[in-house]
Amino acid sequence: MTLLITVFAAVAVTVKWYNRKNDDMRLGSLALMYWGASLMWFVDAIVEYIELEAEFFNPEAADMLNDSFLGLSVVALGLVIWVVRLLIADPKGVIKKAFTRKTDATGTETMEL
Amino acid sequence: MACFTVSLAEAIVVKVVQKRVAKKEKLAEQNHVTLEEKPLIPMSTRLGWLSKLLFGGSALLAFEHVWHGEVVPWFPFLTAMNDPADAMEMLTEIGTVGVGMAALVTAVWFAMSKTALFIVGRPEFKGSRMQ
Repeated sequence: MTLLITVFAAVAVTVKWYNRKNDDMRLGSLALMYWGASLMWFVDAIVEYIELEAEFFNPEAADMLNDSFLGLSVVALGLVIWVVRLLIADPKGVIKKAFTRKTDATGTETMEL
Repeated sequence: MACFTVSLAEAIVVKVVQKRVAKKEKLAEQNHVTLEEKPLIPMSTRLGWLSKLLFGGSALLAFEHVWHGEVVPWFPFLTAMNDPADAMEMLTEIGTVGVGMAALVTAVWFAMSKTALFIVGRPEFKGSRMQ
């Protein structure tokens, strides 16, 4: 389930990246992160299949639930890493603009945020 | 148990190589190397893809290991290190699954890199360059 959820996330982000208007959101990095994890879990799945054979496709309900929870947490962590990197890189200059002091006509200094 | 460490180590090496290649490319550009001699997608850009695949993948896999209690925030960080039998099993896993993961990611990157060069080099795209 972790592999499946990560693959879905990778495909969704890749489609979004393909339809992007510009590269300001750095979706390519997020897509590569999910694809990297998907490939690694794919190897893990192959090794597990070699060990368990047909049983690999019949997991216990509790294991499936735990793996789904893990998959969603992995997707969330990927999004957090991506958004932190995006804010630090600040490609649109939004953070810089928000924290830049402006002096109005009366001489009062203000910040957008 | 610690299979992500192989990919993480490769990611660090790739990042260092990428920085060096980027520096070389910049120097070549300063020395007025003609545009025809340059590839359509610079090697440093392509190495950046591999670096993101490896760093991203190993970060998410490291989280999975924390989830399963195989990685802990205190020394020796890997729970398998507390028992010699577990440590041996871990080393075997690193040598098989870990190396397999790094090899698959690198192979996919190689194919992706070649495909991207082919796509960008197609007649309708000739003349446009990726930055």
